[in-house]
Formats: sequence, C-alpha cells, structure tokens
Amino acid sequence: MYAQMVKSTGEGVKSLEEMEPQERAFQERINADVKIEPKEWMPEGYRKTLIRQISQHAHSEIVGQLPEGNWITRAPTLERKMILLAKVQDEAGHGLYLYCAAETLGVSRDEMTEQLLSGKAKYSSIFNYPTLTWADIGAIGWLVDGAAIMNQVPLQRCSFGPYSRAMIRICKEESFHQRQGYDIMMKLVKGTPEQKEMAQDALNRWWWPSLMMFGPSDTDSVHSAQSMAWGIKQNSNDELRQKFVDQTVPQAEYLGLNVPDPDLKWNDERKSYDFGEVDWNEFYEVLKGNGPCNAERMAARRKAWDDGAWFREGLMAHARKKETRKMAAE
Amino acid sequence: MSNEWPLWEVFVRGQHGLAHRHVGSLHAPDAELALNNARDVYTRRNEGVSLWVVKSTDITASAPGDKEPLFEPSNAKVYRHPSFFDIPDEVGHM
Repeated sequence: MYAQMVKSTGEGVKSLEEMEPQERAFQERINADVKIEPKEWMPEGYRKTLIRQISQHAHSEIVGQLPEGNWITRAPTLERKMILLAKVQDEAGHGLYLYCAAETLGVSRDEMTEQLLSGKAKYSSIFNYPTLTWADIGAIGWLVDGAAIMNQVPLQRCSFGPYSRAMIRICKEESFHQRQGYDIMMKLVKGTPEQKEMAQDALNRWWWPSLMMFGPSDTDSVHSAQSMAWGIKQNSNDELRQKFVDQTVPQAEYLGLNVPDPDLKWNDERKSYDFGEVDWNEFYEVLKGNGPCNAERMAARRKAWDDGAWFREGLMAHARKKETRKMAAE
Repeated sequence: MSNEWPLWEVFVRGQHGLAHRHVGSLHAPDAELALNNARDVYTRRNEGVSLWVVKSTDITASAPGDKEPLFEPSNAKVYRHPSFFDIPDEVGHM
C-alpha cells in the first residue's frame, strides 16, 4: 500500500448516538455512500487523517520515480526506454493528482513538500530498496504496481470526492504499469539462463518488501477502525495482502519462477495460499529511515527542491512582471 | 515559500461537440505554463481536443450550505418536467 500505517484520531469510533447533530449528519451521509466534498463540514479528525493519507500517497508516487529513473538511461532498447519514461512520467502525474486532492482540504503544496523533506511525512517503505538490475524494473512493475493496484482499486470508492476521483484516474493508468513489468519478466525468463537467473533474483529481493507494502496486520488497530467507519479505508491490510498473494503466485508459476517463501502452500479448505510471516522488524527499520536507500532518496528529493528554487522563483518573477506590464497598458 | 505558484483549475473538452469538463487542478506561474502543464498532467492519453485553464481564485462557487435555498425553488416546480402531464395514448408521440 502506498499509504502505510496512517494514524487517525486514535480515540476509537463513536456511535451515532454519541455524536453531536452535525457530526451525526456527516456520518449518516457516509453510511449512505454520499461523497463528501471539500467545502462541506467535516470532523477535524477526518480532515487530518485524509491529509496524512493522501499526502503520504502523493509522496510515494513522487519518491517512487527515483528507483525506476535509475534505469532510464540504461534500458536495454530504445522502445523499453520510451516505455519506462512514459511510466515514470505517469508516476509524476499521479503524485500531482493526489497533491491537488490533498490541497482541497486546506493544506498547501509547499507545506506538504516541507513535510516530506523534513522527514515528518512518510512515503511507502518499498521505495527504499535499490534497483540493481534491469530485472528489478520488471519486478517493480509486476509486484509493486500490482500491490498498489490491489490497494487503490477499493480507494476509488473512498468517501472523499477528490481522493476518489484521483484514484479513478490513477487506476485507469496503473494497469499499463503492471503489464509492462510482467512483459519484462516474460522476456527475461525466455532468455538465456543468466537472464532467467536475473529475473529470479529480482523476485527474491522484491517479494517480501512488496508484501510489506500493505502494512502490518491492522485487525485490532483503532486507526484502521476509524478510517473504515469514515469510508476512507475499505479492506484490512491482511485481506488485501492475501488477495495479492493469491493473485500473484500463479503469475510467478507461469514465469517458471519460485516465490521465495518456504511456507507458501495452497490451502484447499480456504481456497487461498498460506504464506510465511513477513519480517516486520525489517519493515519498521525501513520506516524509521534505516532501509538501504532512505538517505539516498531523501537527498535526491532535497537536491531537486533546492536546485529548482531559482527556476521556480524566476518563473514567478517573470509572471508578476508580465502581469504588471499588462495592467499598465490597460 | 511565498513563491508558491498559484493554483489553476483545468477543463478538458474530450471530443468535438462536447462541453469542457473539469478534470482537476495544478500549479503554474502563469496561464501559458498552466496550459503546458495541463497537457502533460491531464492529457497523456489523448483525453482531449481542447484545454481551458482558469485561476482557482477567479472562480466563485456556491456554498454547500446554500444548497436548499438555491435549489429548493426548482425542486418545487415539478410541472417543468414533461412527465408531469398525462397525454392520452391516442394522441400519439408528443
């Protein structure tokens, strides 16, 4: 999931009877599947939770360009390079749709950027892993975008209108990303033994971090319960992770690759795969900033922001000057 | 930080003959760059044949709380809908 462990109020879900009339009317609209729009009344907790989640989601799209950007100049063919460029450009676009959705809640773009650069706001743990070979680009499209789709499809029904609409646009575009990744994997497994080995190695390294994308089990989380009551979240993390495993294992089998989990086994009773425990220690370490690439990613974002300052300011100064001249002429 | 680019609302005409439709917003220093950015952000897959950009601050919107006084008068005038009138079948299509 691109937004992991989003905290809400932490106060637990109120029943309708406990609510003041205004909040009760709001909750009843959500229960009736009526979308909430930016200027309407909403509880402060709802607003804050959404800002946290949408901005975290947006930051993930933006930081997510970095691991793939690494391979644009090294893509094996011109066609692959053009496709990867288009994909990375899409990620930038997705970040922008989401920032705009968050801005309708009263937070500014600069505030969100500040929060990312200061480390106050998080982005998905997955982007703190390195892309060592071309097969990693295949594995990211297939697994990381696959996990993202699993998470984003239900978010299209989110109770907040602008977020829901951004998700609809994003989901339309995302399936290209997953398919291009799988296409790279298919090509590699049909290639030389070394190329197939490369694909297996990428799967080995990306499998577990992809499962971590859904976040730790949230069955007992007050934050999750509140987000579900507000219609921000529709499924538990474990539910989505299970769906992802069930969908992905047959795809790995088709490729003739082994999923790196000795406990993975079809459970005929549940009609689902049983699978091993994720190393949550690793997850928390990466989230805390101790993943293999955290420092590199943040340094890249800070450099882009600092190096672009003269450009942003220059264009703004030019726009103001043009405006003044126009006024003077009128 | 005061140099944040202003916000623009983006409208796209999907096909000839259709009206422009609001698709989202973006930041840009001026109208010309807002159009360029709108092309890259909102029409990467042939979504449009024409773009409008409008500074968000130039839009006046009705308040959500005014919904009742604004729209109630029209709600009460059901006779504005053709289905309000019963025309006998013998008269034929009308």
